[in-house]
Amino acid sequence: MNPETLLYAESHEWLHAEDDAVGKVATIGISAFAIEELADIVFINLPDVGTEVNAGQEFGEIESVKAVSDLYAPVSGEIIEVNSSLPDNLETLNQSAYVEGWMIKIRMRDESELAKLMDFAAYQKQCEQ
Amino acid sequence: MSEPSRTALTSYHESVGARLVDFAGWQMPIQYESIMQEHQATRTAVGLFDISHMGRIDFQGSDAASFLETVVTRRVCELSPGLVRYSLICNEEGGILDDVLIYRYDDGDEVPVQLVVNASNRDKILRWLEDHKTNEDVTWTDQTLQTCMIAVQGPRAIEQVSPLLDQLDPGRLKYYTAMPTNVMGQSGLISRTGYTGEDGMEITVANSLGPDVWNVLVESAAKVNGGPSGLGARDTLRLEAAMPLYGHELTESLTPFDVGLGFAVQFARHEFIGKAKLKDAKDRPSRHRIGLRILGKRPAREHYPVLNDELTIGEVTSGTLSPTLQYPIAMASVEGPCPENGARVAVDVRGSQIEAVVTELPFYRRPTT
Repeated sequence: MNPETLLYAESHEWLHAEDDAVGKVATIGISAFAIEELADIVFINLPDVGTEVNAGQEFGEIESVKAVSDLYAPVSGEIIEVNSSLPDNLETLNQSAYVEGWMIKIRMRDESELAKLMDFAAYQKQCEQ
Repeated sequence: MSEPSRTALTSYHESVGARLVDFAGWQMPIQYESIMQEHQATRTAVGLFDISHMGRIDFQGSDAASFLETVVTRRVCELSPGLVRYSLICNEEGGILDDVLIYRYDDGDEVPVQLVVNASNRDKILRWLEDHKTNEDVTWTDQTLQTCMIAVQGPRAIEQVSPLLDQLDPGRLKYYTAMPTNVMGQSGLISRTGYTGEDGMEITVANSLGPDVWNVLVESAAKVNGGPSGLGARDTLRLEAAMPLYGHELTESLTPFDVGLGFAVQFARHEFIGKAKLKDAKDRPSRHRIGLRILGKRPAREHYPVLNDELTIGEVTSGTLSPTLQYPIAMASVEGPCPENGARVAVDVRGSQIEAVVTELPFYRRPTT
């Protein structure tokens, strides 16, 4: 996945939306910038498939040596897939934040929520501040 | 809030892109690259730590030692020159105001005693000393802003320090002793002390010399796969070694006996603030400091409740994933009878209970040489 074509939330999650037969499915992870900021990630807690989330609601937690951070769903919907190999292979996050490092897939409830997210340029600007 | 203070080495930290944080009013490096790597480098080779934020108070006058022992929980007058000792400063109630190191020098020295206090408590302790000043021949000066303090820690620490000294073979300095000596040709202070659980030294020099000493150490440490380490690694290192940290394991509402530091309290042959209350507290501590090995991968953090049979018995005071042991470890403060080593308890991690095993402290002991 090319980071320049993804959408971003203020809380550093990236999102890639794709159409399938039923509607839009969003793949979600966290940005390489966030991973570098967290540094030394030691634990990640991801939700179960079937969990319903609302945009802005926490879907999991990520912990570094120093701190605990929540992961926030950028859009609303049902979690239909979870990257279950990630918790046991945390180095994947450093190696491949945008491909192998994906966390969850959400079947979106409201496509208009995508318009509230940032594009790459806007997100980069946020990170530089 | 005023601007955070800078150490003599802050420019260095900035120049190499360290992540800086405001710590107790100081701009300090939390990490240069990775806490894990800096931790491992200190355990296996050598870590260099800027600890200039620690408070350094020099005492002058013929009554310096006898004054100081009215304030700290151990005898100072009968300490042999050259010795460094861990001690506590308590209030009248026996609550811990700070944990400190006392450095004792020859009576002939200009500075017979030095105190090193926590950065977060420096102002408080300076006020406390002022409030308890007597008419004896004693004065003190806060040298913190004028001096630079560097900790060199790890199995390869001593050999790094050696080239800096021309009057002293650092290997001959015994554990927990100190000596004024030339460092790169200028007056300084060396002690065989540290806060990592490793062998090592702490060096104090004038600010003007600090960057030179640091640069020499950085260069030589790099040759043995060591280097600068931040406060992040300092914290995980001290936690593995079960060394308490003020504000976490130690607070004003706890006595030394509540946290397993009774060894630092001497009742005989000196009067000190808090003595009467501490005598009462000695045999019936209200709490215990325990070690926990958390089962699973998830670290327990400060303030997470500790439960025994569904009943909250205390809380975690420090917790992390142990970089050396590769499992989560924590220290906790619990009420009631002290749980036996091996006993199972639970830690409430953000709403879910995780099993933990009460474990002997320290979690890590350096291999004996």
